[in-house]
Amino acid sequence: MTTSLADVASSDAALRAFLHGLPGVDRVGADQRAAMLGTRSIKTTAKAQAIDLAISMVDLTTLEGADTAGKVRAICAKAVRPGGGAPSVAAVCVYPDLVAVAAEALAGTPIKIASVATAFPSGRSTLDVKVAETERAVADGAHEIDMVIDRGAFLSGRYKKVYDEITAVKAACGDAHLKVILETGELATYDNVRRASWLAMLAGADFIKTSTGKVSPAATPPVTLIMLEAVRDFRSTTGRQVGVKPAGGIRTTKDAIKNLVLVNETAGDDWLTPEWFRLGASSLLNDLLMQREKLATGRYAGPDYFTLD
Amino acid sequence: MSRLSVRKTYKLYIGGAFPRSESGRSYPVTSAKGDFLANASLASRKDARDAVVAARKAFAGWSGATPYNRGQILYRVAEMLEGRRAQFADELGGGKRAALERVDAAIDRLVWYAGWSDKIAALHGAANPVAGPYFNLSTPEPTGVVAIVAPADPLLGLVSVVAPVIVTGNTCVVVASEPAPLPAITLAEVLATSDLPGGVVNILTGRQAELAPWLSAHMDVNGLDLTGVADPDLALSCEQAAAENLKRVARPVEEDWSADPGIGRMTRFLETKTVWHPIGV
Repeated sequence: MTTSLADVASSDAALRAFLHGLPGVDRVGADQRAAMLGTRSIKTTAKAQAIDLAISMVDLTTLEGADTAGKVRAICAKAVRPGGGAPSVAAVCVYPDLVAVAAEALAGTPIKIASVATAFPSGRSTLDVKVAETERAVADGAHEIDMVIDRGAFLSGRYKKVYDEITAVKAACGDAHLKVILETGELATYDNVRRASWLAMLAGADFIKTSTGKVSPAATPPVTLIMLEAVRDFRSTTGRQVGVKPAGGIRTTKDAIKNLVLVNETAGDDWLTPEWFRLGASSLLNDLLMQREKLATGRYAGPDYFTLD
Repeated sequence: MSRLSVRKTYKLYIGGAFPRSESGRSYPVTSAKGDFLANASLASRKDARDAVVAARKAFAGWSGATPYNRGQILYRVAEMLEGRRAQFADELGGGKRAALERVDAAIDRLVWYAGWSDKIAALHGAANPVAGPYFNLSTPEPTGVVAIVAPADPLLGLVSVVAPVIVTGNTCVVVASEPAPLPAITLAEVLATSDLPGGVVNILTGRQAELAPWLSAHMDVNGLDLTGVADPDLALSCEQAAAENLKRVARPVEEDWSADPGIGRMTRFLETKTVWHPIGV
């Protein structure tokens, strides 16, 4: 991996040679290591800190066909003040047509607006439409763009096409951060997860994200582990740091804390900030708040006392 | 060669499954004479938490089922119990004949409550006379998730506190009799094979003093039945903890389980919803 990365993207053949030259992932080993790290016991004050850190890393997400401006305003209000003195979340994540609503609701706050784009969640559209959608979302006020890769092209080995799409969307982003969704649930193997991670990072991704949340399995611990290894190796090779965002299927505080342990033990604590690690979630926030309440009061909290979302 | 007997592992009953305690603990259960019977799971507060989650999840479906359907399922529980009369009589111990009578009484109690499922609304609800051009209906609705500390009577007492809570559409988490928990887990096997949706009844075995305070303070529990709490200090602190989210509380009582139960145990965990209905002219 010490070879120059300058010309790996010069052609489909060069990309293929590089990506298939990456060391293979030991499936059993990755599963076991992720499971082992999941058994760490985080209690009392450490747990309280982990919960607050996790809350500050949440990308509070609403990606439903039934979303309305009112719902987006509601989650924006919750993002600023989740309740009980908890810190604000990192960002809200919405569909492109609702970016303007979120921008208005979050004006003057440090909370970022993330927008999915490029024909989310399937990604099946033409490049000019994807670029136009991205430009529009950025113009409306999105600070971060969550794009999906063309899994069809990736799985059939047309890596250059995937690479070119990412670079085109990255160019359309301007100053906005680009998160590239690999949709690992459709990539079939861990080797493909590693290849897709590197491909996205080579093409200029600021973040790599596991899933859309529309496909199951989504952000499983081994997949997050492999992506964290990829960003660690990428930084040691190129010097550029890339963030990671597991999304989908993270519903409980326990899952969130397992993710934090994975980050700390794999990529290191450089990544343990909202700038470099995010949790894409919707129902997770309420569980974090309920656990926070339980630590504060000493009794189990109930969902009746938290906002519906 | 003589055969090794296959002994039953007594576990908890949570969400329709039979997990061991999350804590991995167990405690020995002895007969009235002091002979070792089996090890029962010693549930922890986290098992209680999981049980509440399961009960909450089951609530929408169970309270939304028709009263007739709930009655049929309770009747089915009685049928299944009838098929296991001898097993329960063995587990209850004591005189064979007295034990069988206790089992029969438990079965009859279930049938009695099963019959109430579609009648309680007629008795406890009302069509109220209102001074205006309206019609006004009061209907009983289930309270929600009810935590029950079961009395010492291991089968008849247990059935007599659980059946009235669930027949009206509540779901429950039960802390079984501490000295005699085994019939409760065998009853769970009956419930699991009676079309009763998983999570409607969750049974924990273990220490009252360890589990009851957590259930009393739990903000997602709506009712608390302290019938089986023997220690008055524990009952008092549980009742105080329950006040935080205004749980309905049933205080501990010494009850003759063979007597006519009345409808008090059903109505205690019911809410009354009153709907104003305009009359079309």
